[in-house]
Amino acid sequence: MEKDKTQNNQTNLMEVKEEKSNLLSNSLINSITTNFGEQVKLVYKKENRSKIMVSPENLVETALYLRNNHGFDHAESASGTDYPADNQIEINYHLGSYSNTDYYPYIVVLSTRVDRSDPKSNSLINIFPSVEYHERETYEMLGVYFLGHPRNERFILPEDWADMPPLRKDFRIKGR
Amino acid sequence: MTSLEEKIDEAKRLSLQITKETDDDRLMTLSVGPQHPGSGHFRFTIKLDGDYIVFVDPDPGYVHRGHEKMCEYRNHFQNIPHLERPVIHDSCNITYAYSLAVEDLVGITVPRRGQFIRALASELSRLSYTLYWLAIYGIFLGHSTMFMWPAGDRELLIDLLERLSGARVTNAFNIPGGVRNDIPYNFKEKCLAQVNYFEKRLKEYDNIFYNNPLVRQRTEGVGILTKEDAIKLGVTGSVLRASGVPFDVRKVEPYDVYNEIDFNVQYMKTCDSFARAYVPVLDMRESCHIIRQLLDKMPESGDVREKLQFNIKSSPGETYKRVESGRGALGYHVVSDGTPKPYRVKASVGSFRNLLALPFLLTGSKLGDMPAIYWSLNYWPVEADR
Repeated sequence: MEKDKTQNNQTNLMEVKEEKSNLLSNSLINSITTNFGEQVKLVYKKENRSKIMVSPENLVETALYLRNNHGFDHAESASGTDYPADNQIEINYHLGSYSNTDYYPYIVVLSTRVDRSDPKSNSLINIFPSVEYHERETYEMLGVYFLGHPRNERFILPEDWADMPPLRKDFRIKGR
Repeated sequence: MTSLEEKIDEAKRLSLQITKETDDDRLMTLSVGPQHPGSGHFRFTIKLDGDYIVFVDPDPGYVHRGHEKMCEYRNHFQNIPHLERPVIHDSCNITYAYSLAVEDLVGITVPRRGQFIRALASELSRLSYTLYWLAIYGIFLGHSTMFMWPAGDRELLIDLLERLSGARVTNAFNIPGGVRNDIPYNFKEKCLAQVNYFEKRLKEYDNIFYNNPLVRQRTEGVGILTKEDAIKLGVTGSVLRASGVPFDVRKVEPYDVYNEIDFNVQYMKTCDSFARAYVPVLDMRESCHIIRQLLDKMPESGDVREKLQFNIKSSPGETYKRVESGRGALGYHVVSDGTPKPYRVKASVGSFRNLLALPFLLTGSKLGDMPAIYWSLNYWPVEADR
């Protein structure tokens, strides 16, 4: 009897959690789509996560909107994924919030795709100072040049690194 | 000629977006690490004006192994043993996040007993890591006893982890689908006894280290990171909680069984090196409470692991899962293209995020305060390099 009760409580808790996450997602996505319309594309919506795809021109604008209107104040990570088949590199910013308690568990993935043969993207360093090292790492690992970043330089790789950016898909580990 | 204060203000402003080096004959350049003056496998260049630091340039990468690239060549199970290498003391947490991500992609849930056991393993491993860090913090403040005690007490927890998984540090215990094996016979009693003893020892740390007037003088009011700056720099873990933000992933986004566990998020509002050094100790006390509750609420029997094929294929897609590690939020962004190997793995680790606070805090402080500030950031060079 008691066991049933605890199980019921747990399922109730789960439902409440899911509902809350859904409400957050919906309010976030609605406000973005009303503001940016067709320029922003929703890629997926999961529990406490959502990913939105913007064009490189709208990246700074969307990031500024997320920071000012929803309280996303820092980036947990900024990374890139190489898609040689589409000749594109995808840049992902995982944004979180420390100032808005509602969005504590929430991560919004702001992503954009740039041309792989000449990858250039606007830096978000003036909006989120926390992306400084992440963008620098993306520059050396994938060769994406961040416009407006003060140091597009080597960071983690050896000083004498003279090969291509190692996280590109055509860089192969020897013997594998 | 600008005054020193102006120079420091300028350097502090620049350090947020570190730019050109200051050119001045008066300044002395000093390279800290990677061989000694105590920075671990990590080097940073500082420029000194007399006793004051005016410019800091971190140079990580001495232990870069390319884990993110290595992941693309191995399947999810083969990834576990090498992913835990960056922080071998905290191996159960670093594999926890990856396991959660893979489980999300494959779409399975772990049996309830397995969830309890892996939460238990990660709490033990968090204690073990924090003690190791505390030992180093003690020795670099010139307090040898604080090196000996935590290093000795850590053996208790390593013993427990060894009984649990068979290895002292690189456990490879948390795997996608649950844990590798069930807890051994008599483990609960032993674990309870060790943890109760350990909690008593924690009180003695206060007496010998944290209430020591010398330690207080060297850490209190040193390296102030205000709440606004902490949020702006996006720091995490104990550094963030020492600046007055009660953010703990176990609380704000409970994974597995953490929503059934009763514990408090420990934080302080003084924002200085002392707070950053003391919050991990408060966390250790909470961990002891959590371990006792986990042992108490753990189901007596049941599966510990959802058996998966070795070459399990995940559905195409991507996910981002995070856990609270000893150094803060630790997230894995895993992209899958439907093959057994991940297409891209990105680890967002606490050390790499806290590194940004280093130039910010060191600029304008005295050289003598450098160890007290640097080690209070809970920075683990190997993890930051990956």
